[in-house]
Amino acid sequence: MSPSLPIIQPEDEAKADRVQGGSYHAPEAVEWHPALFDYLLRLGDDSLILGQRLTEWCGHAPALEIDLSLANIGLDLIGQATFFLNLAGEVENAGRDGDKLAFHRDVLAFRNCLLVEQPNGDFAQTIARQFLFSTCQLALFQGLVGSNEPRIAEIAAKAVKEVRYHAELSAEWVIRLGDGTDESRQRMIDGLDWFWRFVDEMFEMDELEADLVAAGIAVDRTQLRCGFDIRVQQVLREATLPLPEYPRAIRGGRTGHHSEHLGHLLATMQFLPRTYPDAVW
Amino acid sequence: MSHDWPLWEVFIRSRGGLGHKHVGSVHAPDSELAVRHARDVYTRRLEGVSIWVVRSSDIVASDPEQAGPMFEPAESKVYRHPTFYDIPDIVKHI
Repeated sequence: MSPSLPIIQPEDEAKADRVQGGSYHAPEAVEWHPALFDYLLRLGDDSLILGQRLTEWCGHAPALEIDLSLANIGLDLIGQATFFLNLAGEVENAGRDGDKLAFHRDVLAFRNCLLVEQPNGDFAQTIARQFLFSTCQLALFQGLVGSNEPRIAEIAAKAVKEVRYHAELSAEWVIRLGDGTDESRQRMIDGLDWFWRFVDEMFEMDELEADLVAAGIAVDRTQLRCGFDIRVQQVLREATLPLPEYPRAIRGGRTGHHSEHLGHLLATMQFLPRTYPDAVW
Repeated sequence: MSHDWPLWEVFIRSRGGLGHKHVGSVHAPDSELAVRHARDVYTRRLEGVSIWVVRSSDIVASDPEQAGPMFEPAESKVYRHPTFYDIPDIVKHI
């Protein structure tokens, strides 16, 4: 007597079809996927918060040309945030869109890294933050262009050119301020010193991202670190600047443990849509 | 800060095949940043595909006081305009 095979259930057939890419059609609405939602918040919030910070320079930059440079970068970042947060809303499938996620979410629910929420300080400090962030973001987006999730790949492909410009422009300024006057050099050193403690967090992996890396959706951030270090050293050498010593790294943004600065930033950013929820412009 | 920086004249080529056209000026500490400033100030709305910058002090200009002898003699020479020729439709940008 031959061994009996298990009875094939209809759901098994559907599963087999999915695996083989047979007659299975992806549903229009994306399945609710908490890890993917959280990952999109991380990507979107990094861009959103830094974009908002940069717009604080509008009308206050040391020169009209720099005013426009910083505003352009800020607008690029807010554009990226719009794409990521809209997609996050789609993935969540609970009726929230990008605006809702940006303007009607409380500080503990933000998933940006701590670096982007830090105050602008002087121009050198802003440039230090931009250089560190954009150099990391460039490598990240270059990886995300190959993501299995086509909509993430699409957003990254569009943004990667913008980010390359941000990384190059901020590197140029690091070099000019570092290799400039005694005062600009000191300010550049101070700016890098201040932000150095927030670098590690940008490359931190947790279980959530590791799962998404295994699924081919996310990029392993630890793999980006070596290229980042090489680029930073290269620019600082050209800027004749010392490599800052690593202080104890501060982290927590990815799980909602933010510095006191983020609440103030959100108060400014969210005030209008929260006070006048139906306002349009 | 910008008072310490030299002035640069900016020329933009709006698309392939056209010449660079003067659009304005920017302050910048050196030529590389002048190109970036020009990009950020003058090409935000897709106005160009190529940028030239040149130090304003390197431009040699005609003397406005000599405008009479320089330009007025051309006023009465209408026959120098190519309006007496038929231009084929396929010729653009003339």
